[in-house]
Order: sequence, then C-alpha cells, then structure tokens
Amino acid sequence: MRYLPHSEADRQAMLAAIGVSSIDALFADVPAAARFDQLPDLPMTQGEIEVERHMKALAGRNLSAESATAFFLGAGAYRHHVPASVDHLIQRSEFLTSYTPYQPEISQGTLQTLFEFQTQVATLTGMDVANGGMYDGSTATAEAVLMARRITKRSKSILSGGLHPQYRAVVETIEDMSAGSMVALPPDPNGTEDIIAQIDNETAAVVVQSPSFYGQLIDLKPIAEACHKAGALLVAVFTEVVSLGALESPGSQGADIVVGEGQSLGNPLTFGGPYVGLMATRNEFVRQLPGRLCGETVDAAGRRGFVLTLATREQHIRRDKATSNICTSSGLCALAFSIHMTLLGGTGLTRLAATNHARAVQLADALAAVPGIEVVNDIFFNEFTIRVPGDAAALVNRLTERGIVAGLPVSRLEPTRPELANLIIIAATELNGDAERERLIAGLRKVL
Amino acid sequence: MLTRPDVPATAMEGPGHRGLNLEEPLLFEVGHVDATGVDLPKPPAVNDRLGKFARKSSLDLAGLSEPETMRHYVRLSRQNYAIDMNTYPLGSCTMKHNPRLNEKIARLPGFGDIHPLQPLNTVPGALEMMEQLGSWLMQLTGMNAISLSPKAGAHGELCGLMAIKAALRARGQAEQRTVVLAPASAHGTNPATAALLGFKVETIPARPDGTVDPADVKAKLGPEVAAIMLTNPNTCGLFERDIVAIAEVVHAAGAYFYCDGANLNAILGRAKPGALGVDAMHINLHKTLSTPHGGGGPGSGPVVLSDALARFAPTPFLKLEDNRPILVEDVSQAGIGEEPFGRLTAFHGQMGMWVRALTYLLSHGVDGVRQASEDAVLNANYVRARLSDLMTQPFGDKPCMHEVLFDDRFLEGTGATTLDIAKALIDEGYHPMTVYFPLVVHGAMLIEPTESESKESLDLFIDAMRRIIGRIKDGGGAALKEAPLHAPRRRLDETRAAREPKLRWKPAAA
Amino acid sequence: MTTRYTKDSEWIRTEGDEAVIGISDYAQGQLGDIVFVELPEVGKTLAKGDVAAVVESVKAASEVYAPAAGEVIAVNTSIKDDPSAVNRGAEGDGWFVRIKLKNPADIDSLMDAEAYGAFVAAH
Repeated sequence: MRYLPHSEADRQAMLAAIGVSSIDALFADVPAAARFDQLPDLPMTQGEIEVERHMKALAGRNLSAESATAFFLGAGAYRHHVPASVDHLIQRSEFLTSYTPYQPEISQGTLQTLFEFQTQVATLTGMDVANGGMYDGSTATAEAVLMARRITKRSKSILSGGLHPQYRAVVETIEDMSAGSMVALPPDPNGTEDIIAQIDNETAAVVVQSPSFYGQLIDLKPIAEACHKAGALLVAVFTEVVSLGALESPGSQGADIVVGEGQSLGNPLTFGGPYVGLMATRNEFVRQLPGRLCGETVDAAGRRGFVLTLATREQHIRRDKATSNICTSSGLCALAFSIHMTLLGGTGLTRLAATNHARAVQLADALAAVPGIEVVNDIFFNEFTIRVPGDAAALVNRLTERGIVAGLPVSRLEPTRPELANLIIIAATELNGDAERERLIAGLRKVL
Repeated sequence: MLTRPDVPATAMEGPGHRGLNLEEPLLFEVGHVDATGVDLPKPPAVNDRLGKFARKSSLDLAGLSEPETMRHYVRLSRQNYAIDMNTYPLGSCTMKHNPRLNEKIARLPGFGDIHPLQPLNTVPGALEMMEQLGSWLMQLTGMNAISLSPKAGAHGELCGLMAIKAALRARGQAEQRTVVLAPASAHGTNPATAALLGFKVETIPARPDGTVDPADVKAKLGPEVAAIMLTNPNTCGLFERDIVAIAEVVHAAGAYFYCDGANLNAILGRAKPGALGVDAMHINLHKTLSTPHGGGGPGSGPVVLSDALARFAPTPFLKLEDNRPILVEDVSQAGIGEEPFGRLTAFHGQMGMWVRALTYLLSHGVDGVRQASEDAVLNANYVRARLSDLMTQPFGDKPCMHEVLFDDRFLEGTGATTLDIAKALIDEGYHPMTVYFPLVVHGAMLIEPTESESKESLDLFIDAMRRIIGRIKDGGGAALKEAPLHAPRRRLDETRAAREPKLRWKPAAA
Repeated sequence: MTTRYTKDSEWIRTEGDEAVIGISDYAQGQLGDIVFVELPEVGKTLAKGDVAAVVESVKAASEVYAPAAGEVIAVNTSIKDDPSAVNRGAEGDGWFVRIKLKNPADIDSLMDAEAYGAFVAAH
C-alpha cells in the first residue's frame, strides 16, 4: 500500500524490538467479540488509476455550476471567481499539512495569517475584534446567540423572518437543547416585519440578516437602538460577504455581534462545505467570544511574533466552563478567504461588489420585463426574490431540464409554507454575463 | 531591536532576512488599499438599488499585486512546520500523511463546483458518494446508522449528545437525567459539549493502570445519569479493556454510551465499536481518514448511531428508496420511525472532506485500513520500547495503542521540564509531541507517530529524544530553557499577549 | 484581625463584621503570571462556597470561592487593570473582594496560617 512505508522485514524487526511475537499481542485488550474475524465485504487496496476512475464517475453524474447553461443560485452559497493563486497557496504543504498553531515558534506562518484574517474581518464588519473563524455562517449565528445569552444573562432570542431558514433551524436546535427560548418571526420576503415590537427586557439577542435571505436590505440602526434601550444585543448576520464592499458595515449601524458566511471569498461551492464562519464583536465582549484568537507579542529576542491567546475561554483549558466546545474550526478556509481578500484589496472588493450589484440590477430589470414575473424586493445587493405564476419548484425543474439553474424555489427550505410556493430567490455575481442572463430570460419565456 | 545572541548584529539589519529565512511584515505594512491582484472589468452602469445603505466610507484594507501576494504567503508558509517536512508526533491529533490524490479529487468540478441547493436530481453522484462513505463507515464500525453533517469532532459530540437528549425526552426522562460522566483524562471538548447542553459533568476516576473500572462507573450511576462519555482507546494510549462491562452497567442504569472516536486510528479494521456497546461515536475524518488539518481545520465529524438513537439523527440524512439515496432535508419531511432532533448546520456538511475521506478509504481498501491501524500501533510501541529505559510511563511499561504516554518523573531533580523537552525537540527539527495532556498525568508527553513514519524516520526521532534526555541527565537541563534557538522565533511572551491583547493590526497613530 | 485559609487556597481576613478575600501566595505561585481577574458586582450576595471571582493565567483558569457568606461591599479594581499585582502581593495589595459577613462563624472551621502551611507542604 503506497501510503505505508514499512516492509514486512521492518515490521518483524520492530516487533522483535518491542519484544512481542506478533501484532496481535498489541491488540490483546480488544475483547474477542469486537474483533473482525473476517474483514467486512468492502473493496481491497486500489491504485490511483482505479480510485480516480471510481470517483470521477461519481463526480461526472453531477451538474457542475460551470457546466450549466446559466447559473443564478445563491441563498447562502455563492458562485464567484476565485483567483488561481489562492488554490495554489493553500496547497503549500506548510499550510495544508500543519496542525493548529499550539507551538508558536514553528507556526508563525499560520499565526500571522490568522492575525491578518482577524484584522480583515474586523475591518469589513466595522467591529473592534474578530475571531479566527467558525465552521460556517449558520453555526456562527448559533454561537452568537449563545454568546449574547452569556453576556446579558438572559435566555430569549428573537429571530427575524429574513434569516436564512436553515440558520434559523440551527439556532432553534441549539436553543431547544440548551434551555434557551426563541421567537422566530414568520418569513418576511420584502422586509416589512416589525421586529422592534417584539423586543422586551428579557431579550438577549435580536438576530437580523441583511441582506436578508430574500435579498432585501434591512435598516439595522433602529433595531440596534431598540435593542440597546432594552439591554439586548443585536446580532447582525450576512450570508454574502461581498456585500460588505458595497454596504455600510453592520458595526457602523450599531450591531453588537456580527456573524456571517465567508465562503464567497476564496472558497468553492463544494456542495455546502467546508466553508468559514466569520464572527466579530466589540472589545468589551471579547472574553465571551468563542473560537480561537491570535494576538501579537514578542519573542525572547524582542522580535514581533504571534500566539494563540485568551485561551482560557476555550475547551482545552476551561472544559465545562468554556465559551464554546469548538476545537477544530476552518483554518484553511479562513486562509483562502484572507488570500482572496489580499488579492482584491479594499478598492478591489468595492469594485467586485459594484459589479455584483450591477449584474443583479440588470437581471432584476430584465426579469421584471417578463410577463407574469414580479420582483419582490426594492432594495437589494446581488440577490433578490421573484414571484412567478404557479409553482416555483416546478418552474425551476423545467428550467433545469434545459441546463439552467435558475435559483432557489423557497419551498425547498420552507416546505410547510404554501404561501411561499411561488417565490424564487435569484443571485447574480461577477460570473453572470449578459449572454447568461439572456439565456435565463429566454428559458423563462419558454417555460412560463 | 534586540538580536539573537548567536547572530551577528549585521545579519539582522534591514528587513531581517538571513539566508533562506526571510522575514515578512504584516500585509497591512506592505500593501495598499488601491493595490490589487485581480483585474476586474468596469462594473456596468446602472442605477443602484442600495437605498440609503450604500457604503460611503472607503474600505481601508490593504491589497497586493499577484507577485507580492505569492511572496507574502510563501514566505509566511516557510515559518510553519508541516507533516510533509518531518515527523509530527502530536498525540491525540493523528498527523498522518495527507494523500494528494484526495486533493485532486475534491477539486473535480463535479464535487467542488456544485451548489448545495441545486435541484437534487442534478447531483445524484454527490448523494451516491455520501451513501458510499456512510456505508464504509458503518461497516467499519459495526453500526447501523450515521449522521454525516457534523463539521468537526466537537460538533459530532454535540450531535451525539443531542440525540441522547432527544431519546431521553422520548422516554420522558430528560428532566431527570441531567448528569454526564467523563473521566478526568477526557478531551476538553467532552465536558464543554455536555455543559453546552445543560448537563452537569461528573468525573469518574481511573484505576492505577490508567483505565476505567466498571465498578467505579457503577458507583456513579443513578437515575440522574444521562450518559457516559468515554474515549476509546483512551487519551493515555490504552484500550479500555473493560469497555463491554462498562457499556453493560451504563445501559442497565438506563443511560447511554457516547464514545469519543478521536483515537479510532488505532483500531479501524481491527475492532468494531458497534460490538462494544457504543450508542454514538464521532469519527474525525481529519484524523483517522487523512483529510488535512490545514493549520486548524476544516474538519469533519460524522457520527455513527446505535439502533437506540438512530431515529433521532438530525437533518439532513440519507435513506435508500428503490436502492437510490434520498436526502431528507427538513424535519417536516421525516418518515415513519424518523424523529430528527433538528439541524446542526446549514446545507449538508463537509462535502469536501467526505470526498477526501472516501478517496482515502478506496485507496487503502479494507485490508489497507487494517494494516494502517496495525502500523500505527506498531510505531507507537516501537517508540515506547526504545525510550522506556530513559523515560517514565505513568502506568508501567506495557503495550500501548497508537500513541504512547510518558510522564515527567524521569526529569525529577534535573531542572528540566516537559516544556523544555518540547522546545528542545524544535531545535532538533521536530514538532513536539502533545504536552501537558492528558491532565491526569504530571508533565504528560503524548507521542503519536502514526503509520506514515518509516522505521528509519522513527529511529531518527528516537535518537533526537535520546540526545536531548542525555544532555539533561548530564546536567545540561538549564541550557534548554533557551530553546528553541534555531526556529523562526524564540519562545514567545504569552503573558504579555494575554495581559495586553492586541488582536488586530491598527495603523500607527500619526 | 484574623486570617484563615481554605483548602482551595483562598484567604479571608476579618475586620469586625467585614472580611477581605484573596488567593494565597502559594496559589499565585502555582498559577504563574496572572493575566486576568473577573470580579463580582458590588452588592452581590455570596453563599459560602459560591464562586466569588475568577483568576486566570495563560494556561489555567481558577474559580475563587467565597470562604464565608456575605454581601460584596467592595472589589479591588486595581487588580483588574494590573493583574500582576496579585503575583506581587497576593495576600496584601492583591486582594479580591471585601464582604460584609453574614455569619462570622463561617471562618471557624478554616485553617490558620500554620495549618495551611502544613497543608500546602503535604500536597
């Protein structure tokens, strides 16, 4: 087997050095009932040629985004161009095959990139401080709710109807299992809910996504003010990080904790994971942040260096009193995010965001001109919702037959809400050119 | 600027480069907000729909051109240690070789460029891939159900304990059973996970031989106990030899058995956790199944479940209909006998890691998987046998599983500590072993070589250990306090980092 | 003024019906460089054995338990700003909280300096 260096002679020599006659002697403590008398009926060792053939056959049965005639699906995961150098750099052995940087003298590469990542995320979100990343946007949102509960010593959270339904489900599960209480407002495609009316002096967290799941931009400022008046915290959520290049930061609008999905920068779609959760807050709450934090210090020779710090928040030290149970997070995805952000620079991200927005505006205008289609949102970034005559899922399926992935029928994630059954969420990015838009419009006109 | 005593002052002038060791400033010190490594077309002219939320301030983030970006990250990468460089004997972390075929396969457009919410009839190969991985993992563990979605080991623990809580609710005992038992040697994630769900954690003692006694478990069991969390093989590198009896007393008391599968690399293909009475166990794909650690993730922690817990598995889950895998995404779509406790993450889980793990399993084959476990155990025991004359073992000199644990009794009176040995190893060109874990052993040193190491590379590591210990025993312990001298940095001031946290770069005040 | 010690290495010094609480010099030595302390709010009521404060070094965090019941009437904010003061004077300027004793007899069962010294030596 090509990954195992020992020869049979090596094994025998090592068994002799250990002083046992066979490998079985080293497994003597395994109860007889739990041993494999014979190996399960699974394939035996295969070379690269056979494995590659097998896996390529599986991959070949999937419609990749690049091979679709037109692709406008977003809803929490976005198809963007990732510069070639990003994937090259994250495959450097020294980044790819290193562990969590617990030995800082020989981990400065990972540590400095973490410090830079934290700086980028804090700047983008308009917050004081960001952590080294979470699993993804949805779990970061659940962690933000738990964090708000610890800070406020209250247990109630209020979820906007514009929150991604699966994010809502993740929060709901954690709240249900950890004695929290949660109020989830009904789905709110065009951002008209009155969430402020729900806030009371038992509220720990108010969770609002902007741009919302449906694409609507939400005014966070009055919600933040109402939260602070009631002693609650505003958790601002985003699923499209590129939007921060075009919009005022959630921090500048008064958010106390900002969480979001970082996939759009540096990370491919990969059917939903691995991605990287972004999480930022104000200085005063830093000790309640979950996850890793990298800090600057000096070495014994007085040179600047970086270390993981404030580790007493974490499970490996604080155990049952830790801020979270998180250990392995999303290091390499955070690195990919950071490299892509570095390649863009502030001006580049602004330009990328402007392109995304322009593409979405063009698409919305073109769709609005199609008889029977109504654009639901008035203000949006690169994603919006349309209302179609009839069943949205059936319409999307008819387009799929033509190789067009039109968007997300809301019913996929809200199967119990018939009132949403004619909504489709559509996203446009820098990758969607004029020709692709025209193919979608032409396809729609045919199947409507 | 202070300089290293062994470095002539002239060598540290300028940016600090020395030979192939190139210093690299922070991105923000070399980049510029208008610099870019991406050429983007001019945005089409439209009337914007951003309302009053359009960003008015410029986004003050430094950028770099592509050549500068390459240098920045390549220079930084060279300040990292990595498996691809040398032995990485980090106990409990299974730093095995990361096959590059896995990386190639994960990047196929049919896996890497598919959207999680595409119509499911456009991704049959993805579902089939998930089904195959799940099938491998269930057969290798002897369990009948699996939840693939947990994103790391600790997330898998959360999945398992949530399933247990759901099962207790179904029995009407969730209010009553509020205690989780765990040994003091447990990973910190175990008590942290239990506490997150409101369980009170009680510690079970270990016997002098380093394993748990069923009688001690029995003494702690009562109507208030929900579950036991046990790592097997345990964090002392030992197989819990009475695990079947432990499972029996736990089940007899109406509690569940959560097994932390972090150390599965010792027994995969040799032992079936399903036959040990396990109710739930996570499998760290980033340990046992070779997906790269990436400097701290991403991981993936699928959880196998016993028949008692299977129906509570969270969404999404796969089931077979007409021999075809069907993905159940929403609680409302659950069928008869399915009571998902909820959802752990948006979308489906760590597809990229699943693809790598299945590629690993297909490459090894079931025979290779078993051989890998045997070699991992062989390697740890070889290190043990060749260091046992110089170092002390907390539970006596006896066979271990895939990692060997030493304590610091052999350092008594030398002035050297476990930390000094760790840092001295760096100067010898090695990443240190895991130190000061498990907590139950004083000055613990936990060495896990993995099956990826040849006999020659183990001999070199052992030689390095013997040299360091030899120096200490010859009275050279004090000199190690300066180590490392040959790494990109000397020891870092962690007290200063914690007392005055600087967690982001800020422009120098004008 | 009477000073007593607990097995968890807190000290308590009574001054009339008030008492000052801190961690012992031995405890600060075991923790190493202290980097952070978390103090209770003034006015908080503590039962004997309640967590009164948390003290952290780089690699460890410890709870400081109230050796006696009472109401917090003052906290030492200077150790919040400069936690190294606990390392320099754990049983002096590095005190944590001052309480109004609810039950002065709480401290009777605790060790005096000599007994605590012997306790530490034995561990």
